[in-house]
Amino acid sequence: MKSKGALQRAIAENAAGYFFLAPWLLGFLALTLYPMIMSLYYSLTQYDMLTEPVWIGMGNYIKMFTGDATYLKSLQVTFAYVFLAVPLKLGFALVVAGIMNQKLKLIGLYRTVYYIPTLLGGSVAIAMLWKRIFSSDGIVNAILRAVFHVNPPAWIASPKYALYTLVILTVWQFGSSMIIFLAGLKQVPDEYYEAASVDGAGKVRQFFSITVPCLTPVILFNLVMQLISAFQAFTQAFIISGGKGGPLDSTMFYTLYLYTKGFYYFEMGYASAMAWVLLAIIAVFTAVIFKTSDSWVTYGSGD
Amino acid sequence: MSTLAKRRLYAALSHAIIIAFGVVMLYPILWLIISSLKPGTVIFSNPGLIPESVSLEHYVKGWAGVGRIHFSVFFINTFIVCAAVVAANIVSCSMAAYAFARLQFAMKALWFGVMMLSIMLPTHVTTIPRYVMFHSLGWVDSYLPLTIPKLLATDAFFVFLLVQFMRGIPKDLDESATLDGCGRVSIFFRVILPLSGPALVTTALFSFLWTWDDFFNQLLYLNTPAKYTIALGLRMFMDASGNSSWGPMLAMSVLSMTPCFLLFFSLQKYFVQGIATTGLKG
Repeated sequence: MKSKGALQRAIAENAAGYFFLAPWLLGFLALTLYPMIMSLYYSLTQYDMLTEPVWIGMGNYIKMFTGDATYLKSLQVTFAYVFLAVPLKLGFALVVAGIMNQKLKLIGLYRTVYYIPTLLGGSVAIAMLWKRIFSSDGIVNAILRAVFHVNPPAWIASPKYALYTLVILTVWQFGSSMIIFLAGLKQVPDEYYEAASVDGAGKVRQFFSITVPCLTPVILFNLVMQLISAFQAFTQAFIISGGKGGPLDSTMFYTLYLYTKGFYYFEMGYASAMAWVLLAIIAVFTAVIFKTSDSWVTYGSGD
Repeated sequence: MSTLAKRRLYAALSHAIIIAFGVVMLYPILWLIISSLKPGTVIFSNPGLIPESVSLEHYVKGWAGVGRIHFSVFFINTFIVCAAVVAANIVSCSMAAYAFARLQFAMKALWFGVMMLSIMLPTHVTTIPRYVMFHSLGWVDSYLPLTIPKLLATDAFFVFLLVQFMRGIPKDLDESATLDGCGRVSIFFRVILPLSGPALVTTALFSFLWTWDDFFNQLLYLNTPAKYTIALGLRMFMDASGNSSWGPMLAMSVLSMTPCFLLFFSLQKYFVQGIATTGLKG
C-alpha cells in the first residue's frame, strides 16, 4: 500500500512538472532543436525555398572560405568590431563603475543618467541619429571644424572610418555592464579599501589591486555575454549602411551578410552554413575564455 | 590638508568628472530632442543646444506619415505586438520557471541545462528553418511569427530570471499551503505567482523594450507597410527621400523613444534588479 502511494505521488509530481514545463518543452523541440537540425541539413544543400534542397555536401563551407571575398571581408569586419568594441565597452564600464561606487550625493541619479544610452541605443531611432551626427555635415564635424579648425572626413561615408562610428555607438551603451559591475562591487568588503588606505594606497592603485581582482568573476561573465551579442550585431550596421554593409563592405557585419544571402538572394543553404560557422566561432571563443579563466579569475571566499 | 578637507575635495572632483562626462554622453540625445523642435533643415548641422525658435513642424509632418501611412498606424501596430509578447512571456516563462524552481520530475537536470545553453545560442542558427516553417504555415507578413513563439517560452532568459527569483521564495510557504490542501497548481497561482511580482514586472518590462526595439525579426516577417512597426516605419522614412525628410524622421525618432523613457523612469528599480541578478544583455 505504502509503495503504491509513493508511486502515485511520483506520477503526480511528474505530471505536474511536465504540465508546467510543456510550453517551454514544446518550444524547445519545435522552435530550437528541430530548426537547428534542419539548418544543419540545409547548410549541406543548395536551397532557395522555391525548389527542394539539393545536396552538395560541404560545398557551401568550401565556397565560403575559398571563393567568396565578401564573406571573408565580413569575417574580418566582424572580428575587428568585436575585438575593439567589447574590450573598450567593458573597460569603460569597469572604470565608470569604480567611480560610481562611492557614497556621493545624487549617485542614484548619476547611475540612472548613465544608463540612458543603453536604454535607447539598440533602437533604429538611435542608429539613424548616429548616421546623422557622423555624416559629413553632421554635428561631430561641425564641432571639429569649430574647435580644431581641421577638415574632418565624412565618417559614415568613409570605408576607413565607418566601422569606428559603430564601435563608438556600442561602447556608448556600457550601462548594463556598469550596473552588473556595480552589483559585483557591493560584494567587495569595505575593509579591503580601508586597509589599503591605511597602507597608503591611492585610489588608482586600489582600483587595480582590489576592484579589478575582486571583480574577475563578473568580468568573465560580462565578457562572455558581450562577446556573444557583439558577434550577432545587426541593426546598427543595417541602418547606418542602408542595409548594404557599405561603403566598400566596411560595415558588412557577419549577420548582415547572412541576412543578405538568405533573404535577399534566397541562398538559404549558404546562409545556414554561415550560421553554423558563426555558432562554431562563438563556441570556440566561449570555450577558450572559460578554459583560460582559471588563470585570471579569482573566486574570493568573500570574507 | 586635513583628512576631511581631502575627502571633500575628492567628492567635489568626482561630482565634476561624473557631470562633465554625463553631459558629453547625453549630448547626442539632447541634441536630437532639441533639434527636432527647431524649424527648417539646415539646423541638423548646427551643434548648438539652445533653440532660437520652437516649432512643431517636423512633428506634424512626421505624424502625417510616409507613403500614405499615418505614423499612428506604426505606433498602434507596435503596441499590439508588444502587448501580445508581454502577455505570452509572462504566462509561458513563469510556468517553466515554476517547474524548474519547485517541482521534481524526470530529466529535470537535463532540461535545465538545455534551457541555460539555449540562452547562449546565436539566434541565426534557427532563423532560416523557422522562416521556412512560418512561411509554409502562411504566417509570413503577419504578427504570428513575432508573438506565437513567445507563448512557448522561447525567451529562455526570462525563464532563468524567474527561476532565480522563485528559488528565493521560502519553501515553508509551499508546505503550509500543502497542509491547507493546496495542490501543485493552486500553489503556483496562490503562493508563487503573487510573490513573484517584482520578477514578473522585470520580465514584462524587458519583453516590452526588446520587442519595441527589435528590428531583425520585424524586418524578416513584415512586408506590408500597413502592418509595419515603428522600427520599420522609421526605416521607410530613411529610404523614402533625401535630406528634407531628416526633420520628420528625427521628430518621429523622439516620439518612438518616449514610451521607453516613461517606463524607465517609472520602473527604475526593476531595471537595476533585472540587470544585476541575471546580467541581462543590452
